[in-house]
Amino acid sequence: MLLRAENLAKRFGGVHAVQAVDFEVAPGAVQSIIGPNGAGKTTLLNLLSGIYRPDEGTIWFDGLTLTGKPPHQFAAAGIGRTFQNLQIFFNMSALENVMAGAWLHEACGLAAAALRLPRLARAEREARQVARELLEFVGIARWADAPSAGMPYGALKRLEIARALAARPRLLLLDEPAAGLNPTETRGIDGLIRRIAGRGITVVLVEHDMKLVMEVSQRVLVLDHGRRLAEGDPAAVSADPQVIEAYLGCST
Amino acid sequence: MPAAAPQSASRKGLLALAAVVALLPFALANNYTYEIAILVGLNAIVCVGLNLLVGYAGQISLGHAGFYALGAYTSAILAARYGWPALVSFPTSIIGVAILAWIVGKPVLRLRGHYLAMATLGLGIIVSVVLATEDWLTGGPDGMSVPPLLITGEKPWYWIVGGVLLFTVWLAQNLIDSPRGRAWRALHGSEVAAAAIGIDAARHKLAAFVLSAAIAAAAGALTAHYSGFITPAKASFLHSVELVTMVVFGGMGSTLGAVVGAAVLTTLPQLLTVFKEYEMVLFGALLMLTMIFMPQGLVPTLEKLLAAARRKPG
Repeated sequence: MLLRAENLAKRFGGVHAVQAVDFEVAPGAVQSIIGPNGAGKTTLLNLLSGIYRPDEGTIWFDGLTLTGKPPHQFAAAGIGRTFQNLQIFFNMSALENVMAGAWLHEACGLAAAALRLPRLARAEREARQVARELLEFVGIARWADAPSAGMPYGALKRLEIARALAARPRLLLLDEPAAGLNPTETRGIDGLIRRIAGRGITVVLVEHDMKLVMEVSQRVLVLDHGRRLAEGDPAAVSADPQVIEAYLGCST
Repeated sequence: MPAAAPQSASRKGLLALAAVVALLPFALANNYTYEIAILVGLNAIVCVGLNLLVGYAGQISLGHAGFYALGAYTSAILAARYGWPALVSFPTSIIGVAILAWIVGKPVLRLRGHYLAMATLGLGIIVSVVLATEDWLTGGPDGMSVPPLLITGEKPWYWIVGGVLLFTVWLAQNLIDSPRGRAWRALHGSEVAAAAIGIDAARHKLAAFVLSAAIAAAAGALTAHYSGFITPAKASFLHSVELVTMVVFGGMGSTLGAVVGAAVLTTLPQLLTVFKEYEMVLFGALLMLTMIFMPQGLVPTLEKLLAAARRKPG
């Protein structure tokens, strides 16, 4: 298993946002987390990326125990993510956002940066090139030099993905990449997720758009009220009476 | 899109600044105007460093006058009381202040929020009190004289300060366009997203803070050896506020803006000496007006207007 989380729990005051959740991700898979609003999907993603510290439970990634570590060490271990509410660096251009994403691979000394040593200038040109390729990969190459503050919503969603990819993650957590997009744009995200998986990057997807989830994922985890309700392949999960009840809210 | 190639744009700014530094002496009539130009240069050096912290790493220091004065006094005391050559006391003062900034910043910058502003506010006040009361070492409120260097006179010092300013701007621009500068800007843009791409917020804020304090100390030490006489007024809280005002007025996140802000707000009080007593009122009003009418500051606002004018010609 690439990622293994055991018995995860997170409380906010008296609210059990996530409780007793076990979660595993096999390498190379696209795995989705679904559930009604407030089911704890985003909380789980925040636990898996180190933004939140779990109250209980353990997280292993590729044999490493990450529980309790600060979020930048989750990233350094190879877990990347995007955000449901855009977290773009609006003080930079689109290209610079992606170049910033490559920080882990181009870390340089303060003195070397200030004096712009030739070695650094060369690395800088390469970084620029790599960032352009990533913008092209996610389909927003034409916005490369635009100030990110002036970009449309759909392009910003893709920019978040390009920035996360720049860190070369082995596991990419996507938090509602299709939220707020129209059906055509959503189909585009569908193809993009497949291409990301095609690069050998394992994907965990939190999404409300069921069509998207059913099409791209091999496994689906259903959360309800912070607990695991069901898990399995998309067909089995969508036929599960418990899942249908949670979504439609009817009781027998 | 006009925002292309930030590097070439900033290089143009550096060249423009170099041209101004080179041509300004033709407009400087006497020693007094040279003095003001040197003062502008010294303040501009501090502001370029402070802007790295405020405009790029997104942290506020309300004690930069303290670092500036500590740089001045450390170099002065080592040279005057212990007979160190200025070429040794100068770098020693920078390193000393950098270490102090590290000690103060290390615990504070692990916290999120504007705790650095509070800590530096306190530090600045402590520095100014110590400088004013420890007469045996600092000469107390009357100040102390600093042994002159081999170089004296306004004209040579104009070129020294001008050269150091250009060097500082060059360093700052290099940093901003490096991976490290992007990491700092990322922290300013979104701390949570910065963490998600592996940027250690505490470490980078500390680096930006220590660097900006060291630059302030360098300007302070230069001031001491240039003017030959220093007083604790340089450490005052009001001077810290003036420095922040210069950065905000000129444009946070614009290296050239920091220089322009320092130039305008250093010369303005000299021209309006009648208003001497109301200087702080003037600074306060200017800060308010800047925040209301051009929150991005003078230089970025002008750049935007220029770009807009160029896009629709005629």
